[in-house]
Amino acid sequence: MNVMTRLAPEQALIERDFAVPDIRCAGCISKLEQGLVRDARIRSARVNFTEKRVHLAHTADAEMPDLLGAFTSLGFEAHPIGEGPKDVDGEAATSKELVRAVAVSGFAMMNIMLLSVSVWSGATGVTRDLFHWLSALIALPTIAYAGRPFFRSAWRALKHGHTNMDVPISIGVTLATALSLYETATHGAHAYFDSAVMLLFFLLCGRWLDSVMRDRARGGVTALLRNMGTGAMVVGADGSTHWTDATALQPGMVMLVAAGERLAADGVIVQGSTRIDLSLLTGESAPQDAALDDLVHAGTLNIEAPVRVRVTAAGTDTAIADIARLMGEASQGKSRYVRIADRAARLYAPAVHGLAITAFAGWMVAGAGWHEALLIAVAVLIITCPCALGLAVPAAQIVAAGALMKRGVLIKDGSALERMAEIDRALIDKTGTLTLGRPVASNLGEIAPEHYPVLLALAQMSRHPLSAALTRDLVAEGVRAAQIDEARETPGFGVAALWQGKPVTLGRPQGPEAGSELASELSLDGAPVALIRFADALRPDAVQAIAALKAQGVDAMILSGDRTAAVAPVARTLGLTAMTGLSPQDKLAAIARSSGAGHKVLMIGDGLNDGPALAAGHASMAPGSASDVGKNASDCIFMGDRLMPVVDTIRMARRIQAIVRQNFALAIGYNVIAVPLAFAGLVTPLVAAIAMSGSSLIVVGNALRLKGALK
Amino acid sequence: MNGLLLLIPIALSLGLLGLVAFFWSVQGGQYDDMDGAALRILVDDEAERPQVQP
Repeated sequence: MNVMTRLAPEQALIERDFAVPDIRCAGCISKLEQGLVRDARIRSARVNFTEKRVHLAHTADAEMPDLLGAFTSLGFEAHPIGEGPKDVDGEAATSKELVRAVAVSGFAMMNIMLLSVSVWSGATGVTRDLFHWLSALIALPTIAYAGRPFFRSAWRALKHGHTNMDVPISIGVTLATALSLYETATHGAHAYFDSAVMLLFFLLCGRWLDSVMRDRARGGVTALLRNMGTGAMVVGADGSTHWTDATALQPGMVMLVAAGERLAADGVIVQGSTRIDLSLLTGESAPQDAALDDLVHAGTLNIEAPVRVRVTAAGTDTAIADIARLMGEASQGKSRYVRIADRAARLYAPAVHGLAITAFAGWMVAGAGWHEALLIAVAVLIITCPCALGLAVPAAQIVAAGALMKRGVLIKDGSALERMAEIDRALIDKTGTLTLGRPVASNLGEIAPEHYPVLLALAQMSRHPLSAALTRDLVAEGVRAAQIDEARETPGFGVAALWQGKPVTLGRPQGPEAGSELASELSLDGAPVALIRFADALRPDAVQAIAALKAQGVDAMILSGDRTAAVAPVARTLGLTAMTGLSPQDKLAAIARSSGAGHKVLMIGDGLNDGPALAAGHASMAPGSASDVGKNASDCIFMGDRLMPVVDTIRMARRIQAIVRQNFALAIGYNVIAVPLAFAGLVTPLVAAIAMSGSSLIVVGNALRLKGALK
Repeated sequence: MNGLLLLIPIALSLGLLGLVAFFWSVQGGQYDDMDGAALRILVDDEAERPQVQP
C-alpha cells in the first residue's frame, strides 16, 4: 500500500501513447509494464495488446529520446503516436455509441419479450393491457435512444433527395411503434413493440460489427506507421545541431543526415559523399552514389556515411508532395465504389415501400377499415425490413477479417474485401514487394565458416544497413559472436577492432573487384580475406504464390520503377511479363489502361512511387515493410516475408462473396414465404418475432463457416 | 395480480442493474483490449507478491 503513496504524483504528469509493433505475448506485457516503471520518471505504463500500444504517464523532465531509450533498453522498438486527426476521434465515438445502443436495445428486447410471451400464452383483458403499457414504457425510450443512428442517416439521405437502407427501417420502426401505442390505448389485441425493438437490436449488431472491424484495422495500421523521416538535425550558424520537425524545415537550412536515416526534405549535398537508397521513392534497387553538389530527395535513405545537405525544397514542394497530390486525384475513383449492401438497398427500399403501400391500398379497396389496412401494411413493412440483410454482410466480413488477421493480413474495411473479390488482374511492384526490399547476404555459403564469429562480432557493432542485414543472417544461422576489443566505427568506411590481438576490419571493399555492387569486405591483419556480397532476394514463396494467383484466374504482371537489367531475372524466374523504368505517373497510366480494358486491377506495392497506383487500383495491398505512404494508400497490409497471404486474401474475399450471396438468397427466400402471409393479414407479433430472429440466426451461422475457410 | 405488481418491478430493475453495470464497464475501458485481457491471466504480478506473502 505504501508503494502507492511513495509514487503519489507531486507534479503534473504527461500522458503519451507509443506504438510498439513487437508486442507478441504475455511475457512482453509484463516485461514492458514492469520494466518501464523502473525508470523513476515513468510513473505508469499500460500495454494495450490488441492495438499494440503502450500508454505512458511520465514526468515533464523525461524527454522523447529518454522514453524511446527506455523501450530500447527492454528490447522493443517504439514510435510515438501523435494526436490523431479530429475525424478519427469522431469515428471512435461512433463505435462506443453503437455498443451502448446495442446494449440498450438488447436489454429492452429481452424485457419486452418477457412480457410478450405472457400475452401470447393467453393473457387477456386488464393483464394484457398492463403488459402492453409496460412494453410501451420500455420501448419508447429505447427506440428514441437506440434508433438514433438510423434516424440520423435516413434523415441525411432524404434531405439530399435519395434513399438508403435506413429509410424503410426508420419508417417501419416509427410506424410500428405509433400503431402499437394506438392499439394499446384502444385495448387492441396486438402490439408490435417487441418486433420494433428486436429489429433495431439485430440491425445495430450488424452496424456495430462493421465499425469494430474498421476500428481494429485502424489500430493495427497506426501501430505500423513508422513516422520516420519526419524531421532532421539542423546545423545552426554556430555549428550546434538541434532537432527540427519536417514541417519547420526551410530552404537554406543545413541538415546533418546520419547513415541509416531517411531524408526529411529535398536538398543538395554540401559536405561528404555517400550512397542513397532510392527504392521507396523510385523502385530502383541498386543504391546510387551521391557526392558533393548532388541533388537528393526527401523520403530516400542515406545508407553509407553522414552527409550535410542544404535544403532546397521542404514541405509541399518536395518530390513526395507531388506524389501525395497524384494520390489525391487517383483515389477519387475508389470513393465512388458502392458497397454491396447499399447496392442491395437501392433495389430493396423501393420494393419494400411499394409492397407496404400496395398492401394498404389493396385492403382499403377490399373494404377493410383504414385501421386494419394500416395494421397489415405495418406488418408487411416489419417483415420485409432487411434484418437479415443488415447482418448478412458485416457478419461474414468480420469473421473473415479475423481469420485473415491470424494469417498476418490486416483489412482496412469491409469494402476492401468486396473489391478484392472482383479482381482479375494483379499488377505487382518488384522492389520490396516481390523481393524482400532489404539487402540479404547472397554469398555466405562461399565464405569459410571460421570467419563467421568475427564477422558477427564486427557487424553487431554497427547500425549500418548492411551490418544489420549481416547480423540478421548470421544470427539466423546460429552463429555465436567472437570476443573482440577496442571496436570503433568510422563513418563511411566501417568497423575496426582487435581480435586475438590482431586488427580486423569490416567495411567498404578497397579492391577494384567490388565494382558498384553492394558488398563489404572482411580483412584480417590488413589482408582482405572475404568479400560478402549483398542483394535484394525474392520472397521465399514468390514462385508458388504467383502460380497460385494464375490458378485463381488472376493474370499477374510486374510494374517496376527499376532498370530492365534488374527486373529481367525476377521476371524470368516467375514467368511474368514486366514493364520497367516506370515513374509514378506511368504506373498510374498502366492501371488506367487495364481498367479501361474492363479489368479489375489489384495493385500490390510498397514504395512512395507506388502510392498513386495503390490509390487508383480497384483494390490494393502493401507489405508490412512498405513506406508509410504505401501503407496508408492500400486496402490491406500483409506481414512477414511470405507472399502467400496475398493469395489467401483473394481466396477469402471470394469465399465471403459466395457466403454473402447465399445469405441474400436466404433473406429473399424468407421474404417469398413471409410476405404473402403478411399480405394475407396472418402475421401476428409472434410470427414476426420468430421469422426475424430465425432468419438472423441462420445468416450469422452461415457466416461463421468462414472461420475455417483458410484451413 | 398483486404478485405481478411486486415481481415485474423487481425483474425490470434487475435487468436495468445489468445494463448499468455494462455501461460502467464500457466507460471504464474494460473492452478496449480484449486480446490483452486474455493474456494477462498468464502474467505474474511481481509487484504485488511481496505484499501477499509478508
